[in-house]
Amino acid sequence: MGLENFSQLAVTAGSVCVFLLLGTLVGTRLERAHYRRIREREARMREFRVMTLRTLPVPEDWSVEACDLVTGSVVISLDYFKRFLARVRMLIGGRLRSYEPLLDRARREALLRLQEEAALRGYHAVFGVRLETSRVANANGNGTAGVEILAFGTAVKRSTTG
Amino acid sequence: MIVSNTETVPGKKIVGFYGVVSGSTVRAKHIGKDILAGLKNIVGGELVGYTELLKEARHEAMQRMIGEAQRLGANAVVNVRFSTSSIAQGAAELFAYGTAVRVE
Repeated sequence: MGLENFSQLAVTAGSVCVFLLLGTLVGTRLERAHYRRIREREARMREFRVMTLRTLPVPEDWSVEACDLVTGSVVISLDYFKRFLARVRMLIGGRLRSYEPLLDRARREALLRLQEEAALRGYHAVFGVRLETSRVANANGNGTAGVEILAFGTAVKRSTTG
Repeated sequence: MIVSNTETVPGKKIVGFYGVVSGSTVRAKHIGKDILAGLKNIVGGELVGYTELLKEARHEAMQRMIGEAQRLGANAVVNVRFSTSSIAQGAAELFAYGTAVRVE
């Protein structure tokens, strides 16, 4: 009887370890791949102007032809191991280092999508850029499934005079 | 219909003011996408299902806001802001609001 309970406990503990390990391994690899893609796309979008200013600092030869609201958003999830680490950290307090790269990735991704969408639609710059963060609840209702980062701004299309 | 998140529309002047307009929508995902999200929670990464859901909901909320502005006779909505709330399991409310104006 005691042996049965012990083997059940061992199976549960074993599966938890497998989950954590799976989460770490795959999660870290995905994160690194994502960062690489982010850096590539940021290098490509370096010429595109993005500003948080609300008034357009227009160069002399710009005249605005069209403008529209553009958005870029991403909902990013967290892997099991990170959440586990965060729970442990919450006991003592301090920086949640496991969450920081998640939010950094999400913000950069959202900004990139904003720029890419504006560039795709033929706009030349985006100004008045704002970033907003909100939680997305878990399907079970027991915590955060992820975080949504929304980047939005007003894109302008210039028509050069002369 | 010009939509902008700044107080002014570049290159135009505001000549009429119609008040605050808003649009909102509540969307839920179907079960299949939720299961994938659960798996993603183990390995991390983007929840594409949720991203799409919120993107569509935001678009619809904006369309409703623009519709209200059109009914008032405005030709632009300025100072647009968004608000996202996670309502229940797998459902999100998207709220967009702004000021309807006439520009020329």
